[in-house]
Amino acid sequence: MPDTPQVSPDPPDTVYHPMTGAEGSIIEIERFNLWYGDKQALFDNSIDIQMGLVTALIGPSGCGKSTLLRSLNRMNDLIDGLRLGGAIRLDGADIYHRDIDVIGLRKRMGMVFQKPNPFPMSIADNVTYPIKVDGVRDRRVLQETVERALKAAALWEEVKDRLRDSALGLSGGQQQRLCIARAIAADPDVLLMDEPCSALDPLATAKIEDLIDELRGRYTIVIVTHNMQQAARVSDNTAFMYLGRIVEYGKTKTVFTTPRSRRTEDYVTGRFG
Amino acid sequence: MTGGRRAVNLEARGEPFLWGMGGALSLGVLMILGFVLLIVWNGLITFYPKPLRVVHLKDGTRLAGEPTRAETYKPPAQRLESLSPEERDRMRERGGLAHRTLYRIGNYDFYNEDFRWVSDYQVERWEAPREMVFVERVEWGPFVGVVQALTLGDTTLTGEAALGERLHAAQAQAARRRARIRRIERGEIGAINHRMEKSRLTLRGVALKAGEDSAAYRQALARGEAQAAELDAAYARLAAEAAALKSEDARYTITLADINGREKVQALSEIVRIYPANALNLFQRMGVYASRWWEFLSAEPREANTEGGVLPAIFGTFVMTLLMALAVAPFGVMAALYLREYARQGRLVSAVRICVNNLAGVPSIVYGVFGLGFFAYIVGAGIDRIFYPERLPNPTFGTGGLLWASLTLALLTVPVVIVATEEALAAVPQSLREGSLACGASKWQTIKYIVLPKALPGIMTGLILAMARGAGEVAPLMLVGVVKLAPELPIDAYFPFLHLERSFMHLGFHIFDVGFQSRNSEAGKPMVFVTTLLLITLVVLLNATAIFIRNRLKRKYYVGHF
Repeated sequence: MPDTPQVSPDPPDTVYHPMTGAEGSIIEIERFNLWYGDKQALFDNSIDIQMGLVTALIGPSGCGKSTLLRSLNRMNDLIDGLRLGGAIRLDGADIYHRDIDVIGLRKRMGMVFQKPNPFPMSIADNVTYPIKVDGVRDRRVLQETVERALKAAALWEEVKDRLRDSALGLSGGQQQRLCIARAIAADPDVLLMDEPCSALDPLATAKIEDLIDELRGRYTIVIVTHNMQQAARVSDNTAFMYLGRIVEYGKTKTVFTTPRSRRTEDYVTGRFG
Repeated sequence: MTGGRRAVNLEARGEPFLWGMGGALSLGVLMILGFVLLIVWNGLITFYPKPLRVVHLKDGTRLAGEPTRAETYKPPAQRLESLSPEERDRMRERGGLAHRTLYRIGNYDFYNEDFRWVSDYQVERWEAPREMVFVERVEWGPFVGVVQALTLGDTTLTGEAALGERLHAAQAQAARRRARIRRIERGEIGAINHRMEKSRLTLRGVALKAGEDSAAYRQALARGEAQAAELDAAYARLAAEAAALKSEDARYTITLADINGREKVQALSEIVRIYPANALNLFQRMGVYASRWWEFLSAEPREANTEGGVLPAIFGTFVMTLLMALAVAPFGVMAALYLREYARQGRLVSAVRICVNNLAGVPSIVYGVFGLGFFAYIVGAGIDRIFYPERLPNPTFGTGGLLWASLTLALLTVPVVIVATEEALAAVPQSLREGSLACGASKWQTIKYIVLPKALPGIMTGLILAMARGAGEVAPLMLVGVVKLAPELPIDAYFPFLHLERSFMHLGFHIFDVGFQSRNSEAGKPMVFVTTLLLITLVVLLNATAIFIRNRLKRKYYVGHF
């Protein structure tokens, strides 16, 4: 990891009123800073993500929501010239610690991307990919995983007769649900979703939202979205980000109806953004 | 004013550029078409039997031959003076130009030339007698003349009886006898020679290892001598058998006579093909045509490569290209993978990339020199010292050979593969890589399961380009293992079956050798076209196979659409 830069001296002025889950927090982000080269993208981000709840990250374009999300499973590691400060802890362990196994970390965090990115292979192979790279070759286990994950992703009924067909033959919405099935196939603890519906039509979006609702409780879900109605519909807690800072983090209902921060109010009421 | 405005409009419409671009394209297409047509046409007509002419010259002599080609030329002044006045007038009318025809007169053993130019003004008259035959022989090139007699053991046939069915049957028999003699001489005696050589090398190996005055050496010597005696006996038996067959064979002969009545007695088994050129119908002509093609594709070369077939060259080209592809594919793909997937993109990588691109522009002969110096003389000599010390000073790998030629060409084509693979890797969407990494796959697993399969069609394209370039390359091969006549194919029945150290024949070099290095370049000229046609066909076939494989891969990975 690059050397830890100076953290800005001002205390974070974030407004906090999050809903607390039954099992407490699973991810703790503490004064997390991130630079792309010389440009700082995240400033002193500090939130606790509650286990089993759906947490939405909202905010205008370029505010750093995706960057924060991708920091959770260290997808940003691929970028040259990245520097970090502060800490992110999963179950109390710093994920940026030298000894942490990145691959093991990513196995605990399924991720769904903005555009559906099924692999150019069959539907079944897509779903079993995460456990195959883990070395699982037992056909019975693989078959069970396909069925379980596809059922959990509400795709089983549509594709059960063509599991050997290429995944690229599916529609956009089906592809995204396949990606969700793939993300939960290895039974992760956390599901990260980076604007999962931005490339989908309203009908497919509705299906994904229903799915998120069903997955609630089984997985801790962190979802980045542009769509405020969506955040209001699916999430328990919402973090509003602006220019790399977390302005308000709290219960979704409160954030959208009676925000404590002026900026949040301006944004959710559509005055800017 | 109007003119100016029109010019502006014209330029705005861009039509002159359109014409220019269209013109450039059609010029290119025309040149390619013309080239391909030239090769295909000349390659296809070469084997078609031509009629034979008997030409009566004004000086009273006669000659017989195949008219090969004709041209208009300007005879030297002193030649004109020897002509009759009316001839001279006619020529002056035509501006001092005369017309002449090149005849393939054959009978090299009589005349010491195969071809002769005959100017029209020399000719009294010509005819095409039906009894003239064109005889292709194993040695001395073709014979043009008539059949006088056919001697089959104790019976002798003359006149009409000597031609036709009996001749064909006798010739087929003679061909079988020739094949048997050849099998004994090349196959069985060859096997004995192989075992003798092996026994000698074993002995030498023992001598090198244990010293010449050791018990092991004396033992091996005794064993070797016993084996040699046994092999000598087998050799004598086979040689006697071959001699008996040969003396039997000598009783079957054909008596030929050239146009001036000079006779030649020829063993039937030395005749490859005999046909009365002027008495053939279309069907028979096609038969001769087909049999010549078959000989070309399936036989070994004769007569300094100007006759016979090119099977060893086809074989050599094919095996070498495949070996090259096998060598270049992993090498180039791994280099590109490192450059694109692992190396930190910076100035160093850019410099490496520029170097790789520039490597493609190095003259191929330089690669040949490098291959000879590095592979043959350094690596090969090292291999010889370690693994084949008993064969020294005769080099095994320490000289040009199939392996070194393939590796040299692999080196020559590796930039093509690297560039194509890098482009194919760059075209794999980043989202797929991220998807795979997010699933907990390692970088290598991502490359293996996601990136490489997706990039495979592009990599195959690079490999196809490399193969096309490699199969057509000649210059470096001349230094690293291609020879004009290889006595043995690189694959045979003796362990280890694929002999990578052997020198081999190559179609590209064959073209050069036949067309420009043989004593009889006129006879070789048609073979140049046929061999070129064959080489192009071979390259097209190799590429078509690779493209077929690539398209199957594409279908496998690209079913459906967004």
